[in-house]
Amino acid sequence: MKLFLIGLFSGIVGGMGIGGGTILIPALTIFIGTEQHIAQSVNLFSFIPTAIIALIYHFKSKNIKYKIILLIIIGGMIGSFVGAIIAAITKAFILKKIFAVFLFCMGIYEFFSKPRK
Amino acid sequence: MTDKLKLFSIGFITGIVNGLLGTGGGTLIVPALVFLLGIEDHKAHATAISIILPITLVSSLVYLQNKIIDIPLTINIAIGSTIGGIIGAYFLNKLSIPLLRKIFGIIMLIASVRMWIS
Repeated sequence: MKLFLIGLFSGIVGGMGIGGGTILIPALTIFIGTEQHIAQSVNLFSFIPTAIIALIYHFKSKNIKYKIILLIIIGGMIGSFVGAIIAAITKAFILKKIFAVFLFCMGIYEFFSKPRK
Repeated sequence: MTDKLKLFSIGFITGIVNGLLGTGGGTLIVPALVFLLGIEDHKAHATAISIILPITLVSSLVYLQNKIIDIPLTINIAIGSTIGGIIGAYFLNKLSIPLLRKIFGIIMLIASVRMWIS
């Protein structure tokens, strides 16, 4: 039940475009005691079904800018391959500290971000 | 910087964060699309997902290969977050998003301190 509620809450936040993973990963490590690597893995894998559903919806609404995405995706796939290997060989307590710094920066950004039109 | 290098770099940095921290794809790519490439906000969200999905698939495969996976935990969370995602998308245009951003910003700051000291 606790897991369902954590998932539900992070899903709501993610659905509003604020970034579900930045809520889900700390919630898992703080409230459930999940190991940092596993918490990150849960976020990655649980994103996939939601993203596929969202993408089907967006295909129909024609909101995707195809011309610019190809190079970003190529760069992104190389980057994520490298990043994931670094994560795999990094000890959990170090990875958690790196995540904490990232979360702090994102928190500052969210707090001060101006509404966009 | 040439446009091609700019696009590649935006992807590469997003990818590094996605793989290393298992998150942050959207929170980085949406502002990049809006501010650096001048894409409209509502199109940026849709475009962001089409970029993050393949990137996340690569990260997930590397995690899987290194046996960093907990299937029961993932299924439990995925059920909740899928339902939550639908609810969140429904409320997207009905709530004060700037106020929510401030609240979540504070939650993130508290969580970051908790994670650092634990």
